[in-house]
Amino acid sequence: MTAVSEQTGAWLEEFAKLPKAEPWIQELRERAYARFAELGFPTTHDEEWRFTNVAPIARSSFRSEPTYGKKRSAVPLDAEAHLGRYASFDQNAFVALNTAFLSDVTVRRVPAGTVLEEPIEITYETPEGAAAHPRTLILVGANAQCSIVETYKGDGAYFTNAVTEIVLGENAVVDHYKVQRESLEAFHVATMQVQVGRSANFSSHSIALGGALVRNDANAVLSEGSHATLNGLYIVNGTQHVDNHTVIDHAKPHATSHELYKGILDGTANAVFNGRIIVRKDAQKTDSKQTNKNLVLSDNAVIHTKPELQIHADDVRCTHGATIGQLDAESMFYLQSRGIGRKEARALLTHAFAQDIIDRVKVQSVKDDLERYLSEKLHEHAH
Amino acid sequence: MALLEIKDLHAKVGDREILKGISLTINPGEVHAIMGPNGSGKSTLAQVLAGRELYVVTGGEVIYQGKDLLAMSPEDRAREGIFLAFQYPVEIPGVSNMYFLKAALNTIRKHQGQEELDAIDFLNLVREKMKLMEMDQALLNRPVNTGFSGGEKKRNEIFQMAVLEPKLAILDETDSGLDIDALRAVAGGVNALRSPERSMIVVTHYQRLLNYIVPDFVHVLSQGRIVKSGGKELALELEESGYAGLGIEDDEEVATV
Ligand SMILES: Nc1ncnc2c1ncn2[C@@H]1O[C@H](COP(=O)(O)OP(=O)(O)O)[C@@H](O)[C@H]1O
Ligand SMILES: [Mg+2]
Repeated sequence: MTAVSEQTGAWLEEFAKLPKAEPWIQELRERAYARFAELGFPTTHDEEWRFTNVAPIARSSFRSEPTYGKKRSAVPLDAEAHLGRYASFDQNAFVALNTAFLSDVTVRRVPAGTVLEEPIEITYETPEGAAAHPRTLILVGANAQCSIVETYKGDGAYFTNAVTEIVLGENAVVDHYKVQRESLEAFHVATMQVQVGRSANFSSHSIALGGALVRNDANAVLSEGSHATLNGLYIVNGTQHVDNHTVIDHAKPHATSHELYKGILDGTANAVFNGRIIVRKDAQKTDSKQTNKNLVLSDNAVIHTKPELQIHADDVRCTHGATIGQLDAESMFYLQSRGIGRKEARALLTHAFAQDIIDRVKVQSVKDDLERYLSEKLHEHAH
Repeated sequence: MALLEIKDLHAKVGDREILKGISLTINPGEVHAIMGPNGSGKSTLAQVLAGRELYVVTGGEVIYQGKDLLAMSPEDRAREGIFLAFQYPVEIPGVSNMYFLKAALNTIRKHQGQEELDAIDFLNLVREKMKLMEMDQALLNRPVNTGFSGGEKKRNEIFQMAVLEPKLAILDETDSGLDIDALRAVAGGVNALRSPERSMIVVTHYQRLLNYIVPDFVHVLSQGRIVKSGGKELALELEESGYAGLGIEDDEEVATV
């Protein structure tokens, strides 16, 4: 227990320094802080955090960064009914910490029946040396359609602890992108909690490129007849550590989910993929498919991949599969036999491995950025 | 000077010796057919010449344009003008045929001191060669060999050869799995490339292809050795009496077709 209080102690000081907020927010913060103090930072004894050691975050001493510049508006009053309702801080210390430091919240509403042509773009840039807790709430009304692009970036060492809540009304269609391009010295922990309404369609693409120590939780709860697609691409090198945990909760019948996470690992990087599929007792006719594929380019990179199926209904179809492989020697030789150098061939095949995830990106700017990033990054490797 | 000189070449895969002393000299402009039953080592020879590391050379030497070929990387061999049309072309999902071929051509051109082609010149070149091969242009935008039929893959190999214009082309069973129309198209593409400077090694199991691509020399390979060499009439002899006529049993109990 002392370890926990030592680690949470510094955060208490920062918490005490926060200017008081409106009563409902203040109350929410205090409950969250109390919970955080009880939970403390998770350790690797905790099954959920078995392969991800957050001690460097617990030990860190970043200054609190309650606001992202002064331009951002404070919490809109009408967020009260939703904020914190979906992303529970009961079991997750980082969500608790985010909620405790709640100040500015990015709230976007898409009214019922509206179709947004342009994506909603939200960018968070944490300043060097800071600990920031970006909070996003997106409410998409019935029959509305939109794309959302969340971008995380920064320079130097810092800690971003993000929570995003997305709510889809009946029949809503949302295409979500999270582009994580944090600095290579940064810590990034994020939870995305999605409530998918009846017959709604949610797809998410989580692109994880940066960060020294990264943990992503992407959770979706599915209502009757809804669909969720969770795609992910993580590219890690050097000593990077990226942990993706996903939970797809088939709470109601006739919902479908499709999950494809792909990883490219090099150097002494570590990656974790843990995909939990829950099929509740009355979620009959669930159709769920999960795939995790990893391309391991170095002998010293490590991937831990684990599907976790919790199926409580009997008339369901759930499939899952994970692969870990190296570059195909025959493909390498084929490219080389046409004059393409070994390093270039390696870059081409690595890029090709990510191609099906890139092809699924519908927002052109995100796609172009990703293509550019990949060409540069892989080219770097190549020379 | 000979373009290629293979002297007493031995190669193994794992512990198994497959090539057991092959010698062959190829002069500029010559077309050599290599025939032999399944498992005799034809593909192994082709792959060794292209630099596949899976096959370990245990003896002998190969001189190409006066240089030690075996010391060169596969990509350098290609840049110096060697081209292997694979018996089993590799499918590479996620890499477009067009991108791949442009990268290949420009790397080779750069190496040979020629200017790289820009997108428009490349497209013009490619269109011309596709017409020659009677190939569907849509294949260009597809990933390399992915979802191609057997015939499309073989055409794609010869199409690549036509674009890359090698000095030494090695065609490994380019005829297998082709119907007669595809065979004619492929042979037409190959013949269009015949020139006094360009040499070819045409590996085939059957005599059929040699009706279309008429070789200058024919060599029969059995159990990793050349057991007979002759002119183009040797292929016809084989057609009549079969390999058994030369006293050759099928080299592999389970023949791969
Ligand atoms: N990668 C390999 N591993 C083990 N044996 C091989 C391999 N490649 C070829 N061989 C063996 O070497 C012999 C010659 O094969 P190959 O060169 O493919 O013959 P061909 O092309 O004449 O049919 C065969 O017996 C084959 O089984
Ligand atoms: Mg063969």
